[in-house]
Amino acid sequence: MEKLLEEFSLGLFVWQTLLFVGLLLLLKKYAWGPILSAVNEREEGIKNALSAANDAKKEMENLQADNQKLLKEARAEREAMLKEARELKTKMIDDAKEEAKEEAGKLVAQAQAAIETEKKAAIADLKAQVADLSISIAEKVLGEELSNKGKQEKLVESMLDDASLN
Amino acid sequence: MRSKLTLKAITLIFFLMPFTVLAGGDAPKTDKKAEIKAYIQHHLQDSYDFSLFSYTTEDGEHKYIGAPLPVILWDEGLKIFASSKFHHGETLAEIDGNYYKLYHNKIYKTDAEGTINYDEHNHPTNTKPLDFSITKSVVMIMITALLMFFLFRGLGRSYGENNGLAKGVGRFFEPIVLYIRDDIAIPNIGEKKYMRYMPFLLTVFFFIWFLNIFGLTPLGVNVTGNIAVTFALALLTFLITNFTGTKDYWKHIFDPLGDSMPWYGKILLYIILIPIEVLGIFIKPFSLLIRLYANMQAGHIVLMSLIGLMFLFKSWLGSPLSFGLAFAISLIEILVALLQAYIFTMLSALYFGFASEEHEHHDEAHAH
Repeated sequence: MEKLLEEFSLGLFVWQTLLFVGLLLLLKKYAWGPILSAVNEREEGIKNALSAANDAKKEMENLQADNQKLLKEARAEREAMLKEARELKTKMIDDAKEEAKEEAGKLVAQAQAAIETEKKAAIADLKAQVADLSISIAEKVLGEELSNKGKQEKLVESMLDDASLN
Repeated sequence: MRSKLTLKAITLIFFLMPFTVLAGGDAPKTDKKAEIKAYIQHHLQDSYDFSLFSYTTEDGEHKYIGAPLPVILWDEGLKIFASSKFHHGETLAEIDGNYYKLYHNKIYKTDAEGTINYDEHNHPTNTKPLDFSITKSVVMIMITALLMFFLFRGLGRSYGENNGLAKGVGRFFEPIVLYIRDDIAIPNIGEKKYMRYMPFLLTVFFFIWFLNIFGLTPLGVNVTGNIAVTFALALLTFLITNFTGTKDYWKHIFDPLGDSMPWYGKILLYIILIPIEVLGIFIKPFSLLIRLYANMQAGHIVLMSLIGLMFLFKSWLGSPLSFGLAFAISLIEILVALLQAYIFTMLSALYFGFASEEHEHHDEAHAH
């Protein structure tokens, strides 16, 4: 301890204190202040940039999710539209078939009615022709019978047999 | 990095060699031992002139290579003169009719013959004038201060010029500044208050580190191994600690048990506890000053002794051996230079942390 006290130099102590405190104040103003604030600023900047990047990433994810959703919706819509179209198609076909059937039925009925009328007309015509034929036959027979009595009767009989077929 | 350190250590040893070579000559071995011892003693002390090395001429005259420094005395008026007037203690300096003698590295006022009177303990009884000389240590402190100022002002400026990034040598120092902030200041003092202490912590760290390293260079100036310097540094830690002490800090010293005990129970304990706590205020910085002083002093003694051994052995085995040892110790000393700066800063931060501590429950009480 005595040696330490003997070694202690007041002059050096005073110089050291003065110089050190002076250095401390100078460095505080011209070095540590600017250095620490610059470093803090930089760190703050990095922090902000990182959080901004994170936000952007999140936004990107949101956008992607939205896109996905939209795509899904569009797909569903297309599906629905296709389905509708298909239904429409079958319905139209069915309707057409129905209509065609109806039309065909009408045509057949008309044709049958026409055939009926034709037939009736033909029968009437036939009857008239038969009457005419009968008259002409009767004329002929009458003409011949007048010459041959037996034959006359025979003819009338066969003719009547034939005529009863109608 | 490693090869640079090695290079430094080698240059250190080569530069220190002339000291001991020239100190020896052809004197007998015991004389040489005494001379080496005296040389080491001399090296550890502060000096009034900046001598790089000395040698003895053939006529037995001591020659010193270096520069004299101003001596500043207060002895009934300011007296300033160059230290070359002492001729390294060989002559008296006569200023304005007063005579001053450099004796055992201290300046005494003497009569014209330079008589030194001694008391019974063999201590000189001559008056010592107040001595504010610019000694070798003061010069080194000034050089370090200038170096630090330009270095860190440059670093501070480079941020503005280089888009917020350090430039040049600042790239090396910036991580150290950040280390002191993130691993010394913030963990010990806390996020809220560390900024108040940062300038001191940074300055003290680089100041001690640079001076320690300067002590290892061929100049070999033992500044941080000087008790006055470490005392001044520790005194600042002491003052800052106690002037920034919070209510909690003082409460912890004078009422360490708090409300855990009734007052009549505490009185008996406090007769012992409070003196211990109060003593602790002084012991903490005192340990700082002794630790730094002793470590640097011891490093220089060991290193110089090993170098001195080289010239005592003078054999093909001994000298290389002590060379190797001195080399290894140099490397360790480079580590110690950094370590001591770190420890001083770390402990200062720890004490500041104690001083600025505010307990959680107090914060809550304020909030209500």
